[in-house]
Amino acid sequence: MTHRLTDGGRVLRVGSLARVEGEGAMHISYRDGEVEDVQLRIYEPPRFYEAFLRGRSYNEPPDITARICGICPVAYQTSACWAVERACGVTVPEEVRAMRRLLYCGEWIESHALHVFLLHAPDFLGYDGAIEMAADHPDVVQRGLRLKKAGNELMTVVGGRSVHPVNVRLGGFYRWPDRARLRGLLPVLESALEDALATVHLVAGFEVPDFEQPYEYLALRAELGYPIETGTVVTSSGEDFAVEAFPERILEHHLAHSNALHATLAGHDSPYVVGPLARYTLNSDRLSSTAKAAAAAAGLGPECRNPFRSIVVRAVELVEAVSESLRIIADWPGEAPSYVEVPPRAGVGCGASEAPRGVLFHRYELDGAGLITDARIVPPTSQNQAAVEADLRRMAADWADLDDHALQHVCEQAIRNYDPCISCATHFLDLTVDRT
Amino acid sequence: MAAGNRRRPTLAVWKFASCDGCQLQLLNCEDELIPLSGAVEIAYFPEATRAVVEGPYDVSLVEGSITTPEDLERIQRVRDVSGRLITIGACATTGGIQALRNFADVAEFRSVVYAHPEYVATLERSTGIAEHVRVDFELRGCPIDKSQLLEVLAAELQGRRPRVATHSVCFECKARGNVCVTVAHGTPCLGPVTQAGCGALCPTFGRGCYGCFGPQDSPNTASMARVLGRHGMDEPQIVRLYRTFNAAAEAFREESERHEGHGTRAHGGTS
Repeated sequence: MTHRLTDGGRVLRVGSLARVEGEGAMHISYRDGEVEDVQLRIYEPPRFYEAFLRGRSYNEPPDITARICGICPVAYQTSACWAVERACGVTVPEEVRAMRRLLYCGEWIESHALHVFLLHAPDFLGYDGAIEMAADHPDVVQRGLRLKKAGNELMTVVGGRSVHPVNVRLGGFYRWPDRARLRGLLPVLESALEDALATVHLVAGFEVPDFEQPYEYLALRAELGYPIETGTVVTSSGEDFAVEAFPERILEHHLAHSNALHATLAGHDSPYVVGPLARYTLNSDRLSSTAKAAAAAAGLGPECRNPFRSIVVRAVELVEAVSESLRIIADWPGEAPSYVEVPPRAGVGCGASEAPRGVLFHRYELDGAGLITDARIVPPTSQNQAAVEADLRRMAADWADLDDHALQHVCEQAIRNYDPCISCATHFLDLTVDRT
Repeated sequence: MAAGNRRRPTLAVWKFASCDGCQLQLLNCEDELIPLSGAVEIAYFPEATRAVVEGPYDVSLVEGSITTPEDLERIQRVRDVSGRLITIGACATTGGIQALRNFADVAEFRSVVYAHPEYVATLERSTGIAEHVRVDFELRGCPIDKSQLLEVLAAELQGRRPRVATHSVCFECKARGNVCVTVAHGTPCLGPVTQAGCGALCPTFGRGCYGCFGPQDSPNTASMARVLGRHGMDEPQIVRLYRTFNAAAEAFREESERHEGHGTRAHGGTS
């Protein structure tokens, strides 16, 4: 809804953002033709995870924190496992790490296919949603649904179900997935690879505005391969630090105006960005040869700084996740035990992984009996809040001459560029707006 | 539902405090989604489309629990515009994991998470939808099972009761041919007191059920607690096991309270 004020000001309000995961609203106001205020408002109710984790047992975070987000539960389970295992001084064997990566690939495929086809592509093709789009572009929607289904099938075979998998535990997995079912995924994933490559081709042709981000990028970087389930932290200005240093390097601010916890990198004033653009820009050299070729054919260079092209990077990451799944299953030995024991001890542990939307950080303090005395979770969407608002501020200024409908549309699209997961962010965020 | 009308019945999907996982299960019906959108008009589903068809709606699916003063009012409006109202998932049915606040001091919870707790408006308790308005059917699960969701939608279209079992997980476990994890391995398992619907997933993976579908229709929670104790769980562990995703479901809540105060605290506290 837009209001033109009698003094020449103008206010654009979108009360309920569609096609984002969770509940948010957008508010832009102009005065004398200048952008006065921009807010991505979060009105999703808080759920207090960090508070009720206190006093719970050290083996519960994987199941409990999965419930922060139905779209990326594996990200929560994985970061939680790393953090608690670190606190207990346990290192998991290579096979466990590989199976975590495989399960995580399933989540990337499911989540990216959901976002690329059902949430984001309708913006570029001019539809309200994928169901409306299916009438004119049935092949496109069917391809997206097939990819999404392949990701869900992979998660179901490894984790038992795709939303809140049950097979993840500290130290590994309750049981290795059935070998025949695992190999049965190979043909599904081979055709998913074709679908993913066709997706890169499709979205590379989408028209995007000229828009370059100057922000700092932050992602994980692993010893080998593209960062998914683990890594250390790197930034585009060349910083490189261990996951344990995250709490000192990332500062969070509880601001009154939007009630979002905005994150900044210590020593920097401007926002930083996590997610596909950051991961790609900091790790494009680590992609598989198939994904590298797809990125090159799509016209992506070694870095990508246009948030409207994030859909292309997500498509390249679909290729990467499917290729990795095929590789891991083909090489799977499945001979070691499916988990190692993780005995409790007093200590502190940090863990991070690359959720589909960016770095997800967990930290736990345990007492000697294995009860949690402190928990801290930093999800990707709250890290991106400041950058979303900064993008909106620039776009609102650049495109102030657009009519209300067009301005609203481009601003909504700008928010969806980040695939914001408001359910994730909201265990921090409150719903009241206090502007005094 | 408006049977016999030529127009397609309208479906609305609403969200309250939740993780989005249950409405995601609707989008996870990859093979059925397009045919479904031919059988019903998806009239309000903001997570999937910007398009909004004005209400009233024949069927509303409601995800999430009531945790804020605004949502107390919003659920009344949702009820007003809904012909039939179906809750999907543990949050909407019992208050979800966020109902752990019901056993603690919310003011303290707020200050643990927020630098400025005074900005945060929240209710003392997280509650299921049926505490506030009439609910026509409650679909259980954290998350719901997508086959059960399709069965509920099919039943709505056909004007019949959904075929959703209310017996325990043990029936499904036996049907799958699983060896009982408690009897064979001494693994504590909530299967005997938990409603079926997941397909006995956890025991199939060699772990005990953790009760994410909530209490079955006649749960003997006290007897279950004695079995858990015999298999090595102390009182605080029993409290925690009953207090997860359906902590505020009456049978689980009452049993957890019976074990509180024996041994160390179960959660919360001022550490």
